[in-house]
Amino acid sequence: MDRVKRTLAPYLLVLPGGLWLLLFFAVPMVTMLSLSLQEGDVVNGFVFTGHWQNYVESIADYQTQLIRSLVYGAITSGILIVMSFPVAYWIAFYGGKRKATYLFLILLPFFVSFVLRTISWRMLLTDDGVLLHPLKEAGILPDDFQVLGSATAVIAGLVYSFLPFMVLPIYVALERIDPRVVEAARDLYASPITSFRKVVFPLALPGVFAGVLMTFVPASSDYVNSELLGSSETTMLGQVIQSKFLSSSDYPSASALSFTLMALLLAGIFAYARSLGTEDVMKVAAR
Amino acid sequence: MTTSPPHATSAPPGGGLRAGHPAIEFAGVRKDYLSHGEAVPAVKSLDLAIGQGEFFSLLGPSGCGKTTTMRMIAGFEEPTAGKVFLDGRDVTGVVPNKRDVNMVFQSYALFPHLNVRENVAFGLERKKVAKAEINRRVGEMLDIVSLTGYEKRQPKEMSGGQQQRVALARALVNHPRALLLDEPLGALDLKLRQQMQIELKRIQREVGITFVYVTHDQGEALTMSDRIAVMNGGLIEQLGSPRDIYERPATRFVAGFIGTSNLIDGRVSWADQGLAVIDKGPGERVVVPVPAGVGVGRDIEVSVRPEKIDLHRTIPGNVTGSLLSGVVTEVVYHGTSTNYTVATTAGTDFVVFDQNAHDAEDVASRGERVFLTWAPQHSYPIGV
Repeated sequence: MDRVKRTLAPYLLVLPGGLWLLLFFAVPMVTMLSLSLQEGDVVNGFVFTGHWQNYVESIADYQTQLIRSLVYGAITSGILIVMSFPVAYWIAFYGGKRKATYLFLILLPFFVSFVLRTISWRMLLTDDGVLLHPLKEAGILPDDFQVLGSATAVIAGLVYSFLPFMVLPIYVALERIDPRVVEAARDLYASPITSFRKVVFPLALPGVFAGVLMTFVPASSDYVNSELLGSSETTMLGQVIQSKFLSSSDYPSASALSFTLMALLLAGIFAYARSLGTEDVMKVAAR
Repeated sequence: MTTSPPHATSAPPGGGLRAGHPAIEFAGVRKDYLSHGEAVPAVKSLDLAIGQGEFFSLLGPSGCGKTTTMRMIAGFEEPTAGKVFLDGRDVTGVVPNKRDVNMVFQSYALFPHLNVRENVAFGLERKKVAKAEINRRVGEMLDIVSLTGYEKRQPKEMSGGQQQRVALARALVNHPRALLLDEPLGALDLKLRQQMQIELKRIQREVGITFVYVTHDQGEALTMSDRIAVMNGGLIEQLGSPRDIYERPATRFVAGFIGTSNLIDGRVSWADQGLAVIDKGPGERVVVPVPAGVGVGRDIEVSVRPEKIDLHRTIPGNVTGSLLSGVVTEVVYHGTSTNYTVATTAGTDFVVFDQNAHDAEDVASRGERVFLTWAPQHSYPIGV
C-alpha cells in the first residue's frame, strides 16, 4: 500500500496543475486549431471543412504585419539586452546589501496596470506633451516633429513594457558567477574588458537566452503598444488578430494567424537555441 | 618534467635571498578597510621580504590579515600606505593583470564554461603566446600535475582534488615570479589533503618558483614551509623556520596557536649560568634556559610542548630538569599516543602526550596522582 502511495504521489502532485493546463490550455488550443480550418460566418455558424486555404489567404493578406511583428520583437529584444545588461551587472556586482531593493524598484512600475502605463506613455509622447513641447519651444526640435504613431514610439513602449523580463534573468545568471572566477581572469592577465568578454558574458549567456525568450515572444505578439502608441503604419499582427476576433468575427482567419505566429515564434526560438549551442547554454545553466 | 622554466634552476628551495632582489617585498604596508564609514585596519604594519624560490607561509586565524596580505601581492587590494615590490619592481597601484604573479584560489575559481585545456591555456592566450608553444606548455604542465588525458573534461566533472590540480596547473603554466595559494587544500578531505601537501612540495621543488601559501592550518604550514610568518591582528607575531616557530615561540599567541603548548607563569627564584628556576611548591620546580640578564625576581612565562614531558606514576629520582606533580583529569587514547590532562600547581590543564611505546598496564588513570618531568632545554621562555 505504501509502495503504491509512493509511486502515485508524484502524479497526484502534478494532477491539479495538469488538469488546469488541460482544461484551459490544451482544450482551447485544439478548439482554435479546428477553428482555423473551418468555413462560414458568425450568423450562419462555422463548419469544419479542413479549409487550409485560411492560412494561405490570411498570411498573404497580413504578411506585412506579420513580418513587422517579428522585426519589432527582435529589435525590442536587442535593445533590451543592451539596456538590461549594465543594470543587471551593476545590481549583481555592486548592489551590496540593497540588491533586493534595486530589483524591487525595477519591478515597481509593473504594479500599475499595463494599459494604464502605456496610456501614460502616450501622454508623454504627444506632439505637445511634457516631453516634446519644451524641446520645440527651445527650438531644439522642429515644430512638426512627431514621435507618437511612429515605429520608434511602439518599440520604445515595447522595450519599456518588457524591461524586467530581461533584467531579471540576466541578473540571476550574473549573480551566480563566483566573483573569484572574475578575479582569476584578471589574475591570468585579462584586462577588465577581456575578462568581461571571455568570462562574465559567456557565463551570463543562459540569462540572456532566457531573457530573449521571455521578451521576444510576448513583444512579437503584443497588441497594446502599437494600438496606443502607434498608427496604421505600425499595426502588428496582434492587433489584426484582436480585431478579427472582436470586431469582424472572422474567427477562422484570426485562429490561422495566431497559429502562424506561434509556429514562427517556436521555429525562431529553436533556431536561436541551436545557433547559440543549447548544449553549451544548458551546461553553464546546470552548473 | 622535461624542461624547466628559464628562471627555475638557480634558486635552491629553502634558500634565503638570492643575490639581487627578494621575490616579494612589503615596505611599511598598512591596509585599512572602510566599515560603516570607519577605517578598520586589516594589516597594521608589514615589513617583509620573501626570498626567491622560497616556500613561504602566512599562517594565522581568520581575520589576522593573511589573506589581505596575499591579495595585495596579487593586486586585488591596494595598500593604504606603504609599497609592495615584486622582484625589486614597485608594483603598488599596478592592476592584477599586469603583475607577474598567479594565484590558486580557495575554491579554485576554475572557469566553469571552459574545459581543462582551455582553463590552463587562459593565461598564455592572454599573453599572446604562440599556439604551438601553448599546446606544449599546457601538455607539460598537465603532466606535472598528473592530469594528462583530462584535457577535454569540464571542471564540474572532476573531483575536488583534480580541480585543485587544474587550478595549480592554470597558475603555474605561466611561470609566474611567485605563486600565491589561498588555503588551497581547505576543501579537501584529510587523506587527500596530506597527499596534496606532499605533491605541492614536490611541484614547488620541480619548478623552483616562490610559493606564498596562506593557511590557518598550522600542521600544513609546518610540514611544507621553508619559512612561516605567524600573523595575528594585522601584525606578524613571529617570522622564522617551522622549527623556530614550533620550538621557540616568540609570543604567547604563537605558542598557543602553533600546536599545543603548556604555559607556565612564575617568578625566577634562582638563576645561574643561563639557567633559571621557578619554584612551584615543595620539591616542584620549572627549570628554563634564559639569556644573560634574566635574574632572580623577574616574572617570566615559560612554554613547554606536551610531547616533551615524561609522565611518571611514582616519584622519579635524580631529576635534573623540571618536576611538577598533579592529578590526572582526563585520559584520551589516540592510537600512537595517549593524551593526558593533568591538574598541577603550575596550571590546571597541563597537557601531556605520552607515546604508546610501553605496556598497556603502565597507563595512568583518571584521578591518579602523577609526576611530570622534562629536560631544561625543553622549557622555552617566551618574549625574554
